[in-house]
Amino acid sequence: MNLKSERITAKELFEENERKDLVRLVTVGSVDDGKSTLIGRLLYDSKTLYEDHLSSLEEDSGRRGSAGDEIDYALLCDGLKAEREQGITIDVAYRYFSTPKRNFIIADCPGHEQYTRNAVTGASNAELAVILIDAAQGVLQQTKRHSFILSLLGINHLVIAVNKMDTVDYRKEVFDSIREDFIDFSERLEIPDIHFLPISALKGDNVVKKSENMPWFDGQPFIEYLETIQVTSDRNLVDLRFPVQYVIRPDADFRGYAGTLASGILRTGAQVMALPSGRRTRVKSILTYDGALEEAFPPMSVTVSLEDELDISRGDMLVHLNNTPHTGRLLEAMVVWMNDRPLREGARYRIKHLTRTITAEVMGIRYKIDVNTLHSEPARELGLNDIGRVVLRLHSPLHYDPYALNRTTGAFIVIDPISNLTMAGGMILDRRPNELTIDPLLQRKRAATDVHPQKSEITREQRAERTQQKAATVWLTGLPKSGKSTIAYRLERQLFDMGYLPHVIDGENLRLNLSNDLGFTANDRSENIRRAAAVAQLCNAAGLISIVALVSPYRSDRASAREMVGAECFIEAHVQAPLEVCEERDTENLYSRARSGELENFSGISAPYEEPEEAEITLTTAEVSPGECVRELVHLLQKRGIIAEI
Amino acid sequence: MSRYNLSNLKALEAESIHIIREVTAEFERPVMLYSIGKDSSVMLRLALKAFHPGPIPFPLLHVDTGMKFQEMYEFRARMAEETGVELVVHRNEDAIARGVNPFDWGTQKCCTLLKTQALLDALQGGQYDAAFGGARRDEEKSRAKERVYSFRDEFGQWDPKNQRPELWRVYNGMHKKGESIRVFPLSNWTELDVWHYIYVEDIPIVPLYFAAPRQVVERDGQLISLDAPLPLKPDEEPRTVMCRFRTLGCYPCTGAVRSEADTVEKIVEEMMTVRSSERSTRVIDHDAEGSMETKKREGYF
Repeated sequence: MNLKSERITAKELFEENERKDLVRLVTVGSVDDGKSTLIGRLLYDSKTLYEDHLSSLEEDSGRRGSAGDEIDYALLCDGLKAEREQGITIDVAYRYFSTPKRNFIIADCPGHEQYTRNAVTGASNAELAVILIDAAQGVLQQTKRHSFILSLLGINHLVIAVNKMDTVDYRKEVFDSIREDFIDFSERLEIPDIHFLPISALKGDNVVKKSENMPWFDGQPFIEYLETIQVTSDRNLVDLRFPVQYVIRPDADFRGYAGTLASGILRTGAQVMALPSGRRTRVKSILTYDGALEEAFPPMSVTVSLEDELDISRGDMLVHLNNTPHTGRLLEAMVVWMNDRPLREGARYRIKHLTRTITAEVMGIRYKIDVNTLHSEPARELGLNDIGRVVLRLHSPLHYDPYALNRTTGAFIVIDPISNLTMAGGMILDRRPNELTIDPLLQRKRAATDVHPQKSEITREQRAERTQQKAATVWLTGLPKSGKSTIAYRLERQLFDMGYLPHVIDGENLRLNLSNDLGFTANDRSENIRRAAAVAQLCNAAGLISIVALVSPYRSDRASAREMVGAECFIEAHVQAPLEVCEERDTENLYSRARSGELENFSGISAPYEEPEEAEITLTTAEVSPGECVRELVHLLQKRGIIAEI
Repeated sequence: MSRYNLSNLKALEAESIHIIREVTAEFERPVMLYSIGKDSSVMLRLALKAFHPGPIPFPLLHVDTGMKFQEMYEFRARMAEETGVELVVHRNEDAIARGVNPFDWGTQKCCTLLKTQALLDALQGGQYDAAFGGARRDEEKSRAKERVYSFRDEFGQWDPKNQRPELWRVYNGMHKKGESIRVFPLSNWTELDVWHYIYVEDIPIVPLYFAAPRQVVERDGQLISLDAPLPLKPDEEPRTVMCRFRTLGCYPCTGAVRSEADTVEKIVEEMMTVRSSERSTRVIDHDAEGSMETKKREGYF
C-alpha cells in the first residue's frame, strides 16, 4: 500500500506520477472530532511524513500532547505558534499526500462556529469533502452547519467518517443510527453523493487497512475510497468560457490572449465571440511554451491568437456563438460574510469576478440563513460568518453563469474599497432579478428598515410541547385539477381527527381575499406564492401544521417558499396526474376555456408547469385514491417526526 | 484518466502559470525572487511558459549574502544569459563591509542582516509591489497555512492573524501604495513534484545538487563544505566525502549529505529511502521551536 517504502525506481515513480491526477479535498471539523488525528494518520501511514518531522513530533507529544503514550498526530497539523499555545486550529492548513493512484491536497479547516469563513475558503477549491462525526456524540449541530456550507459551495462528494468507533466498542448499531440521522437531515441539502464510513483514526481502523474490529462493515477503507471515487465528471466541459487574463504582445506581429479555461473546450479553428463586444472570429492557434495545441480544456493555462484583430483586453471573455453566459447589471447571490465590519444595504464594494474587478452596490438583503437550523430570517445586515442572499447592482454589466452550473464563472469575492480586505465570497444564483421586480423589493425593504422585528418569548419547542406536534408546511403543487384541494382538505380532516392542529391555505381562497389584487402573470404568481408562504410561515410560528394547495408552477417560486418557511419544516408534495386526466376531471371547463384562449396564462396549457425535481413525495392521483394519498402523507409526517408514530 | 483530465504535474503547472499572470496583470512592479536553488529554477521556467512567446515582463532579484557557493554564482550568470531576463543583485554592502558572518555574529543575527534586511531594502529600493517566491506549503509546519498571496505591511512584516481569505482562484490583489505582497506560485507543489518537473522538463539546476567528492568538515551532525575559507575548530579535520546538497543556501550554514546520487533519478530514489525532510540540513530552522514563523513575521521569505 504505502508508496515510499516500496523499492521502485525513480523512472517507475515518475511514470506513476504521470498517470496520477490531483484531487483536492476539504476536511471540516473541530479538534474534538479527531480530524487532525485522521490527517496525521493519513500522512503517517502513507509514509509521506518525513522522519525529522516525526522526531520533533515525538518531542512535542511528550510536552503538550493529549493522546497519552501514543503519538499525537494532531500536533502535526496545528502549525502556528498561537494555535499550538491555545490548542486549537484557527486557519485553513494545506497538506499533501499521495498514494500510488492519486495525489491529494487536503484543505484542513477548523470547525468552530466563528470559523465558518475557513470552511468556505477550504471548500471553495475542493472537489470532495470529509466530515468527521464522533461516534460517541452523533450528528451535532456543527455537523449540520458544515454540511450546509459544503452544499452551498457546490461540493458533490461528501464522505461522512464516523470516527472514534473504538470508544463505542465498534458497534454496528451506533454507526447505523448515525447514518440514518444524517440521511434524514441531508435530504434537504444538494449533495448528490454521500458516503459513510466507520473508522478509528487513533487506532487506524478502516483508514488504510480494513478494520478487523468491524467485520460487519464490508465497504472500502478510507484511503481506498479516496483513491477510486470519480470526481472528474464534475467539471463543466460544455460551456466555453475563456476569460482573458493578460495580453501578450512581444511585437507588432503577434497578439496573444493569455488565460485559464474556466469551462468548456477551446479548439483551434473554432468560431468564437468576444464579450462584451460581441465581435466574431476564429481561433487561429492555441499556444503554449511546449508547442501549439489542437484543443484546450479547464483548468489549462494557454495563450490564444485569433484570426482577426479584435480589440480585446483583460476582463473580456471568449465564448461560443450559440452558448453565451448571462449578461447583466443585477445579480442575485448567496454571500458568506468574512469580516467584522458588516455588509449593509446601500453600501458599495468592489467585486472581483474572474479577471474583472468592478463596483457593486448592495440593493437589498433578501434574508440571512441561520446555519444551525437552516431557517431564513429577515436581516438588515450580514455580520462575520453570516450567510445571506443579496441583490447587487453593478456599475457595469458582468458576464456570468449561475454557480450551480459553473463554479468558476458563478463565483466572486467582495472587496472593501477602503481597506482592500476580502470581505466575502459570493455564489451567483440562477434567479435573475430584473428592474421591474427590484423596485417593489426596495420599497418593501425601505418600509422594513423602519420596522423592528419583535420576537416572541415562546419558543418553537415550547409550542411543540403544548400542541404535541411540530409545526411544518405541507406544500401541494400540481396542475389545475390534479387533486390538490381534495387531498389538502382530507389531510386536514385526518390530522384533526388524530388530535392535531392543521390548517389549509388554499390557492383559490387566497385569491378571494389576501391576493385579490393579483392576476396570473409570472410576476403576480410569484407574489401570490410569496404571500401564501408568508401565511404558512405565520401559521407555523403559531404552532400549526400548514397545508398549502397551490398550482405554484415555477420551481424558483417553490424554492423561495421553501426558503421563507424554512427548509427543515417544508415538505413539497407533487400532486401528479397526466394532463388528460386533469382535463377529464375539469367540471368548470377551465381547460377548454384555456385552450380557446379565453383564460390566459393557464398552467399546463398556455403557461409552463415546471415539475418538481426534488419533491419530498409524489402523489400519483390518477392511480392512487385520495385516501391512500392522505395515508402516505400522514406516514411521511410521522417519519419526519412532525407528528407521533402510532 | 479521461482525455480531458490533466495529470498532477500539468495541473500544478497550469495553476502556477495562472498565478504568475494574475499578479503581473494586477501589480505595477512585480519582481521574481531568485535564490538560484532548484525551486527558483522551476519558478523561472514557469515564468517563461506564462509569457511565451513574449519575454518575462519583470526582473529577477537575487539577494546575495556574498556567502553563496561559487558554483551558484556561475550558474546565476549562465541562467541570466540563456534566458535574457533582467537580473538585479542586491547585497547589504554595509553589513558585508563590516564583516558580518555567522561564526562571530551567530546565525540568527547574520540572517537578519544579510538576508531579511537586504531583502526588505531591495524590495523598497526597487519599489516592487509584488515579489514571487519559490516557497512550498509542504516544506515546513508554519508554511502549511501560508496564502498564495501573502500580504505584508509597509515594513514588509507578515501578520499571520490578518491574512486575506483566498477563495476559488479569485485572488485579491488590491493594495495601497507602499504595501506589497509575496506571492508563492509553487504553494501546492511537493518536493517530489519539483524533482519530477525538473526531470521531465529537463530544467538546468546547480551541480551542487548532484553527488561528487567534496572537501568537508563534520560539525553538529552536518557536513559543512570547504568551498570557501571556513574557520576550522581545533578538532575538525577536512575530509573528502562523496556528498551532495539537498538545499542551497550560504556555504557556512548549508550542510551536505552523504550521497552517491549524481542524477535526478538517483536523487529521487534516495529521497524515497532516506525520508528525512529537506529543510533539516538548514541550520537556521532548528534555532527554536517556531523559528521559521518568527523569521517570517520579520519579513523573511
